[in-house]
Amino acid sequence: MAAPLVLVILVAVTVRAVLYRSSLAAFISERVEVASPLNAWKRVVEGLALLDLGVSPYSGAIFHETPLIIYLFHFLIEYAELVFMITDVLTAIALYLAIQDFNKVVFKKQKLLIELDKYAPDVAELIRTPMEMHYIPLKVALFYLLNPYTVMSCVAKSTCSINNTVIAFFILATIKGSAFLSAVFLALATYQSLYPLTLFAPALLYLLQRQFIPVKLKSRSFWFYTMQYGALYLCSLVVIICLSFFLLNSWDFIPSVYGFILSVPDLTPNIGLFWYFFAEMFEHFSLFFVCVFQINVFFYTIPLAVKLKEHPVFFMFVQIAIISIFKSYPTVGDIALYMAFLPVWSHLYRFLRNIFILSCVLIVCSLLFPVLWHLWIYAGSANSNFYYAITLTFNIGQILLISDYFYAFLRREYYLTHGLYLTRQDGTEAMLVLK
Amino acid sequence: MAARSRSAIGALGAPGASSISARRDLARAQALQEPWPFPQKAAALCWGPAWFAKGVKMCKSVTPKRALRRSRTCCCSTGRGRTQCRKIKPHSLQEQSSSLMGFAMTRLLRVDKAWEELSNILSGIFCASLNFIDSTNTVTPTASFKPLGLANGTDHHLLRYAVLPREIVCTENLTPWKKLLPCGSKAGLAVLLKAERLFHSSYHSQAVHIRPICRDASCLAVSWELRQTLTVVFETFPSGQGKKDWSLFKMFSRTLTEACPLASQSKIYVDISAKDKEKELLEVTPSPTSVHEAIVQGEKRTYAVYDLLSPSLFNTSRSLNVQLKWKRPQDSLELSTPVLHAQRYVSGYGLQTGKISTLIYNTHPYRAFPVILLETVPWYLRLYVHTLTIITKGKENKPSYIHYQPAQDRRRPHLLEMLIQLPANSVTKITIQFERALLKWTEYTPDPNHGFYVSPSVLSALVPSVIAMKEVDMEQSPLFTSLFPSSDGSSYFVRLYTEPLLVNLPTPDFSMPYNVICLTCTVVAVCYGSFYNLLTRTFHVEEPTRGGLAKRLANIIRKFRGVPPL
Repeated sequence: MAAPLVLVILVAVTVRAVLYRSSLAAFISERVEVASPLNAWKRVVEGLALLDLGVSPYSGAIFHETPLIIYLFHFLIEYAELVFMITDVLTAIALYLAIQDFNKVVFKKQKLLIELDKYAPDVAELIRTPMEMHYIPLKVALFYLLNPYTVMSCVAKSTCSINNTVIAFFILATIKGSAFLSAVFLALATYQSLYPLTLFAPALLYLLQRQFIPVKLKSRSFWFYTMQYGALYLCSLVVIICLSFFLLNSWDFIPSVYGFILSVPDLTPNIGLFWYFFAEMFEHFSLFFVCVFQINVFFYTIPLAVKLKEHPVFFMFVQIAIISIFKSYPTVGDIALYMAFLPVWSHLYRFLRNIFILSCVLIVCSLLFPVLWHLWIYAGSANSNFYYAITLTFNIGQILLISDYFYAFLRREYYLTHGLYLTRQDGTEAMLVLK
Repeated sequence: MAARSRSAIGALGAPGASSISARRDLARAQALQEPWPFPQKAAALCWGPAWFAKGVKMCKSVTPKRALRRSRTCCCSTGRGRTQCRKIKPHSLQEQSSSLMGFAMTRLLRVDKAWEELSNILSGIFCASLNFIDSTNTVTPTASFKPLGLANGTDHHLLRYAVLPREIVCTENLTPWKKLLPCGSKAGLAVLLKAERLFHSSYHSQAVHIRPICRDASCLAVSWELRQTLTVVFETFPSGQGKKDWSLFKMFSRTLTEACPLASQSKIYVDISAKDKEKELLEVTPSPTSVHEAIVQGEKRTYAVYDLLSPSLFNTSRSLNVQLKWKRPQDSLELSTPVLHAQRYVSGYGLQTGKISTLIYNTHPYRAFPVILLETVPWYLRLYVHTLTIITKGKENKPSYIHYQPAQDRRRPHLLEMLIQLPANSVTKITIQFERALLKWTEYTPDPNHGFYVSPSVLSALVPSVIAMKEVDMEQSPLFTSLFPSSDGSSYFVRLYTEPLLVNLPTPDFSMPYNVICLTCTVVAVCYGSFYNLLTRTFHVEEPTRGGLAKRLANIIRKFRGVPPL
């Protein structure tokens, strides 16, 4: 399996190298869909230039990266393109290894459940075989590396790629079962963009499953393990934040990074829902709606944990998707991460209801984004409502995609336990509804 | 084709009103008129009244500032006029903006609070909208400004500088300004200041400068000097033979009747320098009381002086109407290009990014000199200092001093100060890129598509003079030296202001707040609804229902089509 992966990596690196050298690189770097005020490369260069001038990068409102990024690029600024290509490759490799391991886990669990007679007799066609699961890791790596969103994000040198790498390593560490590394990578991801905090729950559930600790609120071993993992996570986070303090000798980065993410002062248009909403908000309600929108990202965690406690990796996928849709400054790089997971659920294809129209919506909206931006900003013949409308449609498309996959997943689980060919009491074919 | 003249009338005052012992106050007035070979005239008038109006005294007691300068300028002009207007920049001429600058006296604990109080008080005194000065347009420059008058050590943290580029000057501002003069507009040079003529001009600028000075030679006591300056550029039209004659009556539609009795000095200077060494080119009537020669800004100039306090002037007639006649029509009098001039513009297209370019010209044939550039850019044009480039004669020119303070959203503007060396006979181009921010809909002005103004940048330099200048007697003509200051014989101080820029920002649709809230909340509700369904409901086998009327009708149609029933 290594050879096809290497081939895919080579193709991906070639595509990125070609784009770096072409005139499209400057055009893509300027796109607001790819570079947000949080992760644009121009702002990283600006922060380093301010540091050279002797001014703290956090004294203005331009730079919102963490001090570790300053530290990293202080030494690697000459090789920036190489750094971003390597991060993309590392993400792909991490996802590849993670999904490989995950498939083994899935297969083992399936075998156990079959032996325990938990499945209905006529679900043979829903059972997954190693043969069909063989190419899934490669498809995941392919989906990530050759996704146009990822390529654009890499060519624009958006630090979203670095965030994706850290999350991918976190997923790998979790699936491999190492609680310490998982906590460290999760702390790094939270430190960079705050929202991966919600991935604590799926990681914890997965590790508990792996240790065969049942998730019961009264169980002592459950709380003990949760405390352990929580402590590891919080300690790594504190250590990283203190390291950042010593880098620049000030706590200025906390309001500049986390205050900025949470209070959304910069209303630069992007593919998310926040910017126009707060541009048109009555001042009186601004604080209220900021809180509502931020809570919206975090409050799906507990219900999803309750419903999907047997399937933590799917929970992780849904959670990453929710973060990408509802975070304050989303970019296409965030979307590329959860889209890389779609081949893992390719067995759900037969239960998806709207996949065709949703993929059309997503593709058409992606193509319309630059067109309507140009019409608003450069041609002056459209106004902001056009771009906003496409933002709305794109986000609805993403939301419906995720809920479609969720529906298909739950439906397959139902069929597995209740049988595929359901009949009603009078023998005719039955319909399944959600009630 | 025409004579352009600039008249400066000034008065200097050393008030003792606020001290215990009453001292005889000095008030001086001087007027300076210069011919300009363009169909415009410029008049610069300076005053220093003997005592302060009550309001200004109040201002002093509340916020003791060490040195204060406030100027308002309006340049409403045709294109050509404006270009020429810019080229002649003897001293603080600005375009269409209002600026306030002050040094705090001692280390006040709350300099910002004092600044706010000062801008509000001045706004009331001068009927100007200076109350719009707040932290979003105030900066603390480090090198561009030094306090005038007595100064013991300068801490630049005590300095505040603010510009309101959108404010224009009007009659409402002239009236309180005139009230500060000792004789008001009743006697002296101020009778010439009538609003209908003054505002019918290409350029108009009013300034008030306050500084502490020594009361006497031993400098035991400090008093405050108030200096008021008015600069006007008039348009004149040629008479029958193409000669640009002018007179005080033609410019101001008034003549002088008497000097202000409170003035200790009241003079009019008319520039009668002959460019091509031909005497008898022009003639001034009535004949001047004396002729004064000076080297002003590197050029030798001759001035006809009218001393209003000398009794001989008003002997023949009660009124004084200075007239200038050209002996023969001039073909074309070229205005000499000043040694230092600058230009600023915005380039780029679209509403996302842009570039501010400043061009600084040094036309001195062999001397290079440094210039301090101060740029204040509002926070919603996000500057990227790593894109700052300074190019002189095709090569990069590194500034020897840069002070950059980045902006904070909605709190303070960008401040960029640089010391740039200008080689002789060169053009220096300074460019910096910026990004335009989308503001909240309440932060736009009622005419958002007009654009947003960027305040003029300030260039300060000691320009080397082509001709050696001799020291001018401070006592004899104090206002003359204050109009054209020179610290030593070889260079003179110049402060230039570039033009303000007008930049468009992307705007949201202002009719849409309710719609946007509804639509965005709908999208969030779609997500919430789908997830709520999937999380709280479970799958069940559907029980067969009897089917309503619609279903039965549909089944009948399906039977006809041959399709299985619902």
